[in-house]
Amino acid sequence: MRTIQFREAICEAMSEEMRRDESVYLMGEEVAEYNGAYKASKGMLDEFGADRVIDTPIAELGFGGIGVGSTMTGCRPIIEYMTFNFSLVGIDQIINNAAKIRQMSGGQFPCPIVFRGPTGSAGQLGATHSQAFENWFANTPGLKVVVPSNPYDAKGLLKASIRDNDPVIFMESEQMYGDKGEVPDGEYVLPIGVADVKREGTDVTIVSFGKIIKEAYKAAEELEKDGISCEIIDLRTVRPMDHKAIFDSVKKTNRLVILEEAWPFGNVATEITYQVQENCFDYLDAPIIKINTADTPAPYSPVLLKEWLPDHEDVVKAVKKVLYR
Amino acid sequence: MKKVTKETYLNWYEEMLFWRKFEDKLAQVYIQQKVRGFLHLYNGQEAILAGALHVMDLSKDKMITAYRNHVQPIGMGVDPKRVMAELFGKATGTSQGLGGSMHIFSKEKGFYGGHGIVGGQIPLGAGMAFGDKYHKREAVTLCFFGDGAARQGSLHETFNMAMLWKLPVVFCVENNGYAMGTSVKRTANHEDIWKLGLGYEMPCGPVDAMNPVAVAEAMDEAIDRARRGDGPTFLELKTYRYRGHSMSDAQHYRTKDEVAEYQKIDPIVQVKDILLEKKYATEKEIKIIDKRVKERVAECEKFADESPYPDKSVMYDVVYEQEDYPFLSHKL
Ligand SMILES: Cc1ncc(C[n+]2csc(CCOP(=O)(O)OP(=O)(O)O)c2C)c(N)n1
Ligand SMILES: [Mg+2]
Repeated sequence: MRTIQFREAICEAMSEEMRRDESVYLMGEEVAEYNGAYKASKGMLDEFGADRVIDTPIAELGFGGIGVGSTMTGCRPIIEYMTFNFSLVGIDQIINNAAKIRQMSGGQFPCPIVFRGPTGSAGQLGATHSQAFENWFANTPGLKVVVPSNPYDAKGLLKASIRDNDPVIFMESEQMYGDKGEVPDGEYVLPIGVADVKREGTDVTIVSFGKIIKEAYKAAEELEKDGISCEIIDLRTVRPMDHKAIFDSVKKTNRLVILEEAWPFGNVATEITYQVQENCFDYLDAPIIKINTADTPAPYSPVLLKEWLPDHEDVVKAVKKVLYR
Repeated sequence: MKKVTKETYLNWYEEMLFWRKFEDKLAQVYIQQKVRGFLHLYNGQEAILAGALHVMDLSKDKMITAYRNHVQPIGMGVDPKRVMAELFGKATGTSQGLGGSMHIFSKEKGFYGGHGIVGGQIPLGAGMAFGDKYHKREAVTLCFFGDGAARQGSLHETFNMAMLWKLPVVFCVENNGYAMGTSVKRTANHEDIWKLGLGYEMPCGPVDAMNPVAVAEAMDEAIDRARRGDGPTFLELKTYRYRGHSMSDAQHYRTKDEVAEYQKIDPIVQVKDILLEKKYATEKEIKIIDKRVKERVAECEKFADESPYPDKSVMYDVVYEQEDYPFLSHKL
């Protein structure tokens, strides 16, 4: 296996799919001549030309909608948002058009489109640039929401997302693009909607997804020294959610901690909590704990940001609490 | 227009130089990681602020802009030490460390931010003008945004209503040639951004914005129009940014020669030349100003360095006006 960066995994997935299918194109701010704001489309303009790797003005509403419209006449666009914070400028096109056009037309217009870009916080970027909207999109019927946490998953899932005939929100992180991981030489596709057990364990289940899962890994290492065995489930897809993977694990460990980088009100962790209490009530030996970002806009100052954003220490504390230790 | 005198030039020289050196200092402390996140510097665009300040009525006129926003509040009268402290994330900062580099605000001095979503402040600027008109204050809002922001839908919706309702606002696009790595000519089928006003029959035109006098003249006319109730103006301020978009920009999209061309018509150099030509100041007097500027910047850094970080509770205190708002807990 080779070791490549997350950004290269994204680039390979898009390039391979564009070679495979002429109807796939990439559009967004700085994707072509600049090679992507985070270099995730490096070399793609050279390979595919300006008809298929398209720089846009800063006009998220317009180019998002143009992407959706082009699916109605046979294209399979990949729309890049420089970050998902900026998708809000054009979110109407995602929620009201991409997610509904198939249903409203009685199945006449499938919408094979991928909206991708970074989600969540990325250091001291302040309130408008540090938001995680996984739960917003996942709340919308008609959309699928994929949030990989490493290069291998990113490549396989992005290829699946591009091939999927429904609209997919594919969320990355500025702070993951440089992450390295093993990726096979040959072609592979990972199914949407299937979680992955990233670490097997027996004492407690930790469910997470996206870049924050790395804090769970760190916590598990630390807890192992105390003789506590953590099982870590990477959701990989938020909608549809792999309930079985979560339930199977909780039935084994009887304890659940959920780590999600998002505001606490009605987030993905809340949904998991509901599903688990409904389906695994008799298996639970402790109340479920969810760990999130603070119930405030993201602050800039480093001392405040540290308080706002959860880390492995918070996971350690939560695990000990559900174990009554 | 208020006359441009010897004092004006002396003031312009010192203030523009101060803004430039203030930004240079930020670049320096960014490398030392005292300032984090994004950092967008104003170097090269100073004539716009200098020209605007010359004709604004600072007792009531207001300003709003995007994230390239450190020096405008200083020009409006905000203590630069507090601006620097905000970038250091300190409690003494203009937003108590909550906002950071992209979000400087001072209600007291008429500086309404500091906005990070491209084009998001365009309707806000019109809204500020709406409020002033509503309250019959005869105040004018200067609403700044970049050439990249001019491509947002928010501009078109706002222009239409601002014209329809004759809002007292001056829309100022600071055309510095690029939106990140995208040149203006790659974002539209013509390069005259000012023409976007034509469709709304909004008075509009281009301005040589490397020259503070030209800026002041254009702004003066626009501000007068707004103040007497005749509505908005759209000015395309042709300028240039010397530094990268933010700190992590390799700038492959332009040549060093291009930057050098603009540095030949640098606004500070232009003003300095006039000071010397017209014998408003000697080389020696200019050196004294340069030294004073350096000291002022050093004081800002010292203040920011020595200020304390905010208390954690401020993170909750500033979200709602309601004092006992029941926040959800997010961790143990
Ligand atoms: C809605 C939105 N889209 C994208 C971005 C990312 N972004 C930040 S600045 C910028 C370029 C803006 O250029 P311009 O308006 O010309 O202003 P300048 O930086 O030149 O002052 C972009 C694309 C953003 N902040 N908001
Ligand atoms: Mg620009």
